[in-house]
Amino acid sequence: MKSSITFAVSGACLLMALSTDVVRADESTIVLKPGDGLDIVEGNCAACHSLDFIQMNSPIQDEKGWTETVGKMVHVMGAPITEDDQKQIITYLSTNYSK
Amino acid sequence: MTTRRQLLNGAATLAAYASTARLVGGPGFAATPDQGPSALPSGAREAAVLDALPGKKPLIKRSYRPPNYETPMEVFDKAFTPNDEFFVRWHLSNIPEVDAAEWRLKIGGDGSSTPFELSLVQLATDFEQVELAALCQCAGNRRGLSNPHVMGVQWGYGAMGNAKWKGVRLKDILARAGLKPDAIEIAFNGGESGVVEETPDFVKSIPTWKALDENTMIATHMNGEPLPHWNGYPARLIVPGWTATYWTKQVTEINALTKPQGGYWMAKAYRVSLGTFSFTDRFITQETDKNTPITEVVVNSLITSPGEGQAVAVGKSVDVRGIAWDGGHGITEVDVSTDGGKNWRPAVLGEDLGRFSWRQWSLSFTPTEPGSYAVMARATNAQGVSQVSKLIFSPSGYHNNVIQTVNVEAV
Repeated sequence: MKSSITFAVSGACLLMALSTDVVRADESTIVLKPGDGLDIVEGNCAACHSLDFIQMNSPIQDEKGWTETVGKMVHVMGAPITEDDQKQIITYLSTNYSK
Repeated sequence: MTTRRQLLNGAATLAAYASTARLVGGPGFAATPDQGPSALPSGAREAAVLDALPGKKPLIKRSYRPPNYETPMEVFDKAFTPNDEFFVRWHLSNIPEVDAAEWRLKIGGDGSSTPFELSLVQLATDFEQVELAALCQCAGNRRGLSNPHVMGVQWGYGAMGNAKWKGVRLKDILARAGLKPDAIEIAFNGGESGVVEETPDFVKSIPTWKALDENTMIATHMNGEPLPHWNGYPARLIVPGWTATYWTKQVTEINALTKPQGGYWMAKAYRVSLGTFSFTDRFITQETDKNTPITEVVVNSLITSPGEGQAVAVGKSVDVRGIAWDGGHGITEVDVSTDGGKNWRPAVLGEDLGRFSWRQWSLSFTPTEPGSYAVMARATNAQGVSQVSKLIFSPSGYHNNVIQTVNVEAV
């Protein structure tokens, strides 16, 4: 089913939500490897899915593979990622999560 | 209703939650044996944690959003998989909390001459209620064991479960839809959607002949209880014998089509090369000269006991147990080897719970001397088709039914 969601949620509200349920592990526990472009990865990829998809799918593919994956996210899944950000994401993934 | 999980979906919240992430949980979730088999990609094992979704017991988390959780191995020793331990698999991140009173199932499409809709009460009262035991298995179960590894959710053995599904026959619903003679496929839309409007909606179709099969149903209950939210409450499609990609959760639309469904999830995803696997159910309106949508589950088995690396005692009987299943032809034989495949003995088959259910089996053996024993199981179905000894590779990691080996140490 198609639906749209509202993005306007304040950080304070989110903190409250998190603090009521800290016994459960959740995606806030995911820590990707530090490196150039990590903020770009977090700012783009996590809009649609948790970042454990990156960890889980490593080390499986090289730069060519990550280029295809990012391309699929943009051209098939419709992720609105700028070309510059795509390049930085591919570089980060190739540097930190490649075989 | 806005849930906490939906709050987390907002891109605008990302910076806020990223900055709190280290405070709330940190990276300290310890490794557990439930990360899955050692053959998984190392990153998949490291990212796995035991985690309980609301209403569920702790399952092996593969991804948080969309939620993909597999059932731990020990649960497969049961004939039916409890609802709160049943695996969870979603493709898209927005999963609505369905209000049963508001929910409607719309039946129509260009292949229907009498479109209509049903409330949950009508679904429960207007049609005969039926119940059926059936295995529900993700097409990509065991993808993480592929060699070479392929991209996708890196499942170990646990993206499957066996349940008693209760609901109504799909053919009884379609009998009211005035199907036209050229209605070649029946398509299903469920509740989930992507975060951005451009993400392809998760729409699946099955051939009309399969939709009219007396075993195909719209289920509202599972093991005597309403479906859990994570498994498709209030109603989902049950396609016995076929991979779970077709078992649309939170189904809201059923459309009879006069042309092949052409969306991404049918035309591009969940396809296998023609001639790669042994199967009987064809989906001809979707076939190309190169590939076909995946259809039925292939013959397979799982050793539930002993566990990998388990120590057993020399001179004492060891109970080798497991389950076996296929796409609905029925399991006729399970052979067990305790010497790495040199010699095989037939296991004792458990109660036949129906041809779409998995079947339990067991065999006892007594290690006569200390050392390693490679325990293997090989299922054969009523068509005489057995599990393969070497993986049939597919680029998306489907249909892994290679014979499993469990190594035990006799001391």
